[in-house]
Amino acid sequence: MNQTIQSRDYDSAPCASKTTERKVGPIIAGTSMALLGLSRRSKSGLALALAGGALAYFGSRRNASEDEVLAHGSVLLNCSPQEAYALYRNFEELPLIMQHLESVTKIGQGRYRWIALGPMGTSIRWDAEMVHDREGEFISWRSLPGSDVDIESAVRFQTAPGNRGTLLSAVTRMDPPAGKLKRIAAKLLNTFMIQQDLRRFKALIETGEIPTTEGQSHGPRSRMTAALRVADPTRPPKGDSEMSEVFNAKRRIA
Amino acid sequence: MKAVCWMGTNKMSVENVPDPQILNRRDAIVRITSTCICGSDLHLYNGLIPTMEQGDIMGHEFMGEIVETGAGVDKEKLKVGDRVVVPFTIACGRCFFCEQKLWSCCDNSNPNYWIAEKMMGYSPSGLFGYTHMLGGYAGGQAQYARVPYADVGPLKLPEGIPDDKVVFLSDIFPTGYFGALNCDIKAGDTVAIWGCGPVAQFAIRSAFMLGAERVIAIDRFPYRLQMAQEGGAETINYEEVDDVVQTLKDMTANIGPDSCMDAVGMEAHDDGFMYKLDRAKQALKVESDRPIVLRQCIQACRKGGTVSVPGVYSGFADKIPMGAFMNKALTMKTGQTHMMRFMQPLLDRIQKDEIDPSFVISHRVPIDLAPEMYKTFRDKKDNCTKVVLDPWAN
Ligand SMILES: NC(=O)c1ccc[n+]([C@@H]2O[C@H](COP(=O)([O-])OP(=O)(O)OC[C@H]3O[C@@H](n4cnc5c(N)ncnc54)[C@H](O)[C@@H]3O)[C@@H](O)[C@H]2O)c1
Ligand SMILES: [Zn+2]
Ligand SMILES: [Zn+2]
Repeated sequence: MNQTIQSRDYDSAPCASKTTERKVGPIIAGTSMALLGLSRRSKSGLALALAGGALAYFGSRRNASEDEVLAHGSVLLNCSPQEAYALYRNFEELPLIMQHLESVTKIGQGRYRWIALGPMGTSIRWDAEMVHDREGEFISWRSLPGSDVDIESAVRFQTAPGNRGTLLSAVTRMDPPAGKLKRIAAKLLNTFMIQQDLRRFKALIETGEIPTTEGQSHGPRSRMTAALRVADPTRPPKGDSEMSEVFNAKRRIA
Repeated sequence: MKAVCWMGTNKMSVENVPDPQILNRRDAIVRITSTCICGSDLHLYNGLIPTMEQGDIMGHEFMGEIVETGAGVDKEKLKVGDRVVVPFTIACGRCFFCEQKLWSCCDNSNPNYWIAEKMMGYSPSGLFGYTHMLGGYAGGQAQYARVPYADVGPLKLPEGIPDDKVVFLSDIFPTGYFGALNCDIKAGDTVAIWGCGPVAQFAIRSAFMLGAERVIAIDRFPYRLQMAQEGGAETINYEEVDDVVQTLKDMTANIGPDSCMDAVGMEAHDDGFMYKLDRAKQALKVESDRPIVLRQCIQACRKGGTVSVPGVYSGFADKIPMGAFMNKALTMKTGQTHMMRFMQPLLDRIQKDEIDPSFVISHRVPIDLAPEMYKTFRDKKDNCTKVVLDPWAN
């Protein structure tokens, strides 16, 4: 990338410290093939990931059930893999970026307690242990027995082709138990949602903030519009304005 | 504050709304001194671009004074008291696209990117006052506006230069210039420009700046054609000729213009059968755009020439002559203007007195008259070319 274009001094975003040399991470063999498949540019990338990658990765240890949810996403980040890794690895701050996460708390020995918010004040909890943690390259964790759901997630950071920053790809697999929890869990994990979370992650790491129009002025809305907003299923349970307040109060970045 | 709000198709009204607030760290608030109505606003007025909501604040061509900045705004670049003109494209300055200076393709500025992705594959940047699909940002036909990434877009202005000379750096002057640049003009070229609206007026003058020898401008309103002539263009009144494409052939020794510019966009007018068909399809929502001018551009352009499209299209257009486009080896260039590339260089030209953009202004009115002016501008009544609103006059 032409470094002269970036000569402007942007010191409030974490990627401002972008180093000129980006290390090409070694290809992680074996278990991370799932993410490799996802990063293939071909249309069959997902199929590949599902067939030979993610399922192989996630499925090798247990028998996939019918209810299993597999969601994935990817973004190009204008920063180094190390910077992307560092922001992502700070799990306790992820609720600032990921709409459905309520909190992530360290409970010791590489274990974290994750709580996700479902519709109507419901929540789901799982304790997870790290499976892989390679700085600037790869993170994966999986839930421990006794959690509300059986869930695991993997994130890979790669130098993008042409040294255009970092390609982040994420896969999460969840096998919810039957019953009420299953319905809640289904609302908490899908590819659209992961992609939205990753876009917010991207915006934050590149610009130091997450774009929003929540809380801006407008003229009188029609009842119809108001009703549509309530009915809109893609509308997140936590409003953006609330999010940005939390961001402004708690964000440690810049 | 007062703000012009979209209240439905063909319904604008000036409402009292809360003053804008800083919502993000890199935001600034501008107290607006001049703001304009654009041909692009007419597409919203006419209800032709989806995802407007009642109550949305209109406007994307504004300038004024910074009255508040967020904690993340670089004070070296922008501070309270600075007088600025604000570009209509909202860009973060730090993504891959911004670094390529493809400012109108910024990857971070549209919080509703996913709506645009459904229609276009990928989302362009957010725009002020231009549908929820393109960000849903409150616009600048108001007394104040919130400007995101304020240390990237707004251009600081020197003392003493009047609003009228610089307010069009917010959109139409750079847009006309970008349209001309997209014509790939070489010395001695002939450029045909459809439309003689404000965008086209700046395109005409920019085409000459970039070395065109002839500019042929096409419209049907005599007062607009005359303004084009004053800018050095030859003109065609398309209502007075049988066939624009044939007329252009005749005027160019059967070669055709080296480049053709569509400065009209999705709401082109015509008397022919195709126009009635396109209008009907638009009304039935089976076709979002009326590409009458685009079709003519492709037909008229000389072999190996360039078609430049600053005119706005929103969705799908029928019967584009792809055969002509392919077999004549044409190139097409388009886009919302990458504003930040052009604002400073064009300000320099204004300061050197190479051009005084205020020539396009036909109406200066208090903001309260905005609803009437939308109608006047849409119907091209009262010799209306460009309306500048004063947000503070009564
Ligand atoms: N690309 C960008 O970034 C950008 C920015 C601003 C405006 N625009 C677009 O540029 C276009 C023009 O904007 P404007 O403010 O000058 O609008 P305008 O409405 O004032 O001008 C349009 C002109 O086109 C003429 N016209 C209509 N049908 C015609 C035809 N068949 N042949 C020739 N002329 C015809 C009209 O008579 C009118 O004079 C609009 O589509 C607008 O949305 C694009
Ligand atoms: Zn405009
Ligand atoms: Zn950007």
